[in-house]
Amino acid sequence: MEFDLVFLSRVQFALTIMFHYLFPPLTIGMGVVLIYLGGMYLKTKDPAYKQAQKFWTRVFGLNFAIGVASGIVMEFQFGTNWATYSRFVGDVFGSALAAEGIFAFFLESGFLAVLIFGWNKVGPRMHFFSTCMVALGSIFSSVWIVVANSWQQTPAGSHIVPMTREVLNARGESTFDANGLLITEPWIIDGVPVMRAEVVDFWQMVLNPSTFYRLTHVLLGCFIMGAFFILSICAWYILKKKYVDFAERSFRGALILATISSILIALNGHRQAQNVYHYQPAKLATFEGHYESEGPADLTLFGIPDAENETVHMKVAIPGGLSFMVHDDFSFSEPVLGLDQIRPEHRPPLWIPFISWRLMIGIGTFFILLTLYSYFLLWRGTLFQTRWVMRAYCVSVVLAVIANQVGWIAAEVGRQPWIVHPPIVVDENNQPVLDEEGYLQYRKVEATLPDGTVYERYAGLSTEDGVSKAVAAEQVAASIVMFLFIYVLLGAVWIFVLNKKIQHGPDPPEEGFGESSTLGMFQLGGQHQGEGLADAGLHDEAEAKVNQGGDHA
Amino acid sequence: MLEQVHNFLLFAENSFPYLDREGLSLIWFLILAVLLTGYAILDGFDLGVGILHPFVARNDHDRRLVMNSIGPIWDGNEVWLVTFGGALFAAFPEAYATVFSGFYLALMLLLFALILRAVSLEFRGKVTSTAWRKVWDGAFFLGSFLATFLFGVAVGNMMQGVPLDPHHEYIGTFTQLLNPYSLVVGLLGVFAFALHGSIFLYLKTEGDFQQSLRPVMWKMFSVFAPLFVLVSVWTTLSVPRALETLHAYTWLWVVPVLNVLAVLNIPRAISKGIEGYAFISSSCVIAAFVVLFITALFPFLVPASNDLAHSLTILNASSSEKTLGIMLIIALIGMPCVISYSVVIYWTFRGKVKLDETSY
Repeated sequence: MEFDLVFLSRVQFALTIMFHYLFPPLTIGMGVVLIYLGGMYLKTKDPAYKQAQKFWTRVFGLNFAIGVASGIVMEFQFGTNWATYSRFVGDVFGSALAAEGIFAFFLESGFLAVLIFGWNKVGPRMHFFSTCMVALGSIFSSVWIVVANSWQQTPAGSHIVPMTREVLNARGESTFDANGLLITEPWIIDGVPVMRAEVVDFWQMVLNPSTFYRLTHVLLGCFIMGAFFILSICAWYILKKKYVDFAERSFRGALILATISSILIALNGHRQAQNVYHYQPAKLATFEGHYESEGPADLTLFGIPDAENETVHMKVAIPGGLSFMVHDDFSFSEPVLGLDQIRPEHRPPLWIPFISWRLMIGIGTFFILLTLYSYFLLWRGTLFQTRWVMRAYCVSVVLAVIANQVGWIAAEVGRQPWIVHPPIVVDENNQPVLDEEGYLQYRKVEATLPDGTVYERYAGLSTEDGVSKAVAAEQVAASIVMFLFIYVLLGAVWIFVLNKKIQHGPDPPEEGFGESSTLGMFQLGGQHQGEGLADAGLHDEAEAKVNQGGDHA
Repeated sequence: MLEQVHNFLLFAENSFPYLDREGLSLIWFLILAVLLTGYAILDGFDLGVGILHPFVARNDHDRRLVMNSIGPIWDGNEVWLVTFGGALFAAFPEAYATVFSGFYLALMLLLFALILRAVSLEFRGKVTSTAWRKVWDGAFFLGSFLATFLFGVAVGNMMQGVPLDPHHEYIGTFTQLLNPYSLVVGLLGVFAFALHGSIFLYLKTEGDFQQSLRPVMWKMFSVFAPLFVLVSVWTTLSVPRALETLHAYTWLWVVPVLNVLAVLNIPRAISKGIEGYAFISSSCVIAAFVVLFITALFPFLVPASNDLAHSLTILNASSSEKTLGIMLIIALIGMPCVISYSVVIYWTFRGKVKLDETSY
């Protein structure tokens, strides 16, 4: 492994996206819960809902802030570290990103202000409307970003064309021919035409073959994350016998979301895997560590993959299982295209996707069993007394985080060595066409140069070719150090503040802010200036101020 | 539903046959200018407030007032920058790639600054300890100052042009970006935003604290005004292109004239006690800066200082006609929504800033 520009840029992208992706799923998942709580409060006027809503909104705000801060990095990073990629995909990918900015970000950040700061400024209906808008904004955002990423996996609605360039004179001015028309020329540097992907059909690009499956999968993953985040905190309260009423109420609500999402994501995941096989067979074969294209394909449950000897050691497998999963083939015998039919240079790295894929499915299966068993216990009336189940929920938020992360790792590492995956060559029955050496073929595009020679390239872009040319490896190394420093710090502070909020718990369920608003007025009176006065919304700090006030008296 | 949208898009596309790639590229150049203006005016006062933060507020109560004056709105204001980035990527991918990779270290510092500012607002109020709050006060100032300064330095470099190879790749160094002209433009940015922020803060506060901001506004103006003159003179001398566009389109002279008038109106309005007008004037000054910036660039997006033929022109850098057209429709649908709910939110949080249990 060489610490070159490509490697470092990949490390940096992995680091920043993985840190960022801790937060959007929490925001999206909790947004749904906030809508539920806000809606129930409007309907029933039960102050307990408002109490829960206020508590979860505070946690939501904290997660959102770090999500925004780490999200800006993502948008800039395509340009800073992957400039060649940006030049290649900007026409297609950029439009999805810009749509995200204009439709999603303005919506969520604008109404977030009302959600967090507007309790006393707007009525309950407007507040509920704002909650819906924030949740909608965060979902919009996931839609556009998944559209953009899915296009990279299964490009559609676009073509790859050579670029032209206006001819400038020595003063940098445009030039015109005798008819007053702008003079342009094919853009060719050292005999290589500069090419890029351009949109042909916008809706086909948006609704490319994998968008639907992947978007559903991502959203369900977010719901699971949000639900388990809430379940975990509530389970902790129940174990500690704190705020038990509040905790049980929130727990029941989140359990519904967790159960439904866990079951749906398994069904959706199955369909999605078939979709992956159809468009990116190398990726699925890597997930499965599947090397033999001949005969029935086994479904490997466990094993040690070995890329060098093209096999999986010590494997525990279901004979013909993969044939069944991929083709819905009840005879368990239909062949599945394996890595032996992928050129070695087109194979993704083996270990990371193989393990990520198994972790994700393992955790998903555990969630289904855990939630269903919880309903059984709920029916028996013993759920909240069964301590080991509550303990399992306490830690399961970590599993939800891992499942979301490794799912993406499998998807992105499995796409390698491509940053934009070229479509595979298929016949009229949509079956892959192998070349004369028996390898899977990727589609190519041609461009004719003015001298008549034909230039040929893959209808995609390899990750190696996507990096910035104007950036040195040392610069990327320096920025990795900077991001590591900030993110470790941020992560620590986030957990510290989150822990404080959880320890503090929800405010007592009552209309208005009886106790704390008088303290707020104290503060406005300016009696305690210069003593590091607290955020009056937080109960424990309000107590601290009572003590301070006592000292003064 | 999708079909109807699609038909509408087809209809829209066919209704504007005269909008070819050249026309659309120019429109997108202008849309980017609008986004940049929106960002500079709105986040300008947020950043200015952050720069002033440690100097104007002497106790925790006042510091909270300062932070909460931008509390509910800074996040939405920053979205203008994010959308500007997205729109630049979509409409001018070549320019996005050239500038972002070329200014690599500067961009990384900018990200550092923006993260610092965002989280210091969020974290500061969460713990009572004085030391904790001091740390985040410092971070809030540093983030705001550094971000503003870097924006200015970037503008200075774009005005002068940067060395590019035939692939449109930046071939200069990081230290090359820190040239005297750009550093002075960076300082101008800092004091322009600090002035803008001080007027904003004055409008959002009341009582003794508000009165203590009056000398601050004067001080900021007294530094800003000479810097303004210096940069204006320096630009006319060292960036001749800035004047060429003005000569070619003489009606554009209205911008620098209004700019000067707006600058002069700031002290007039402050001394007359009509600070609202001073704020409008400082907003106009910032808008005029953006307009003068893009007139100086035109018809380039990134002028190459080594060989003008390597420059990124608006046309060379732009996306395909198809994408520019689709994006225009997206912008035409999206921008009215954005503006209408921005108005709703500013209206909700109008008036003097008050601390309550939801404040930072």
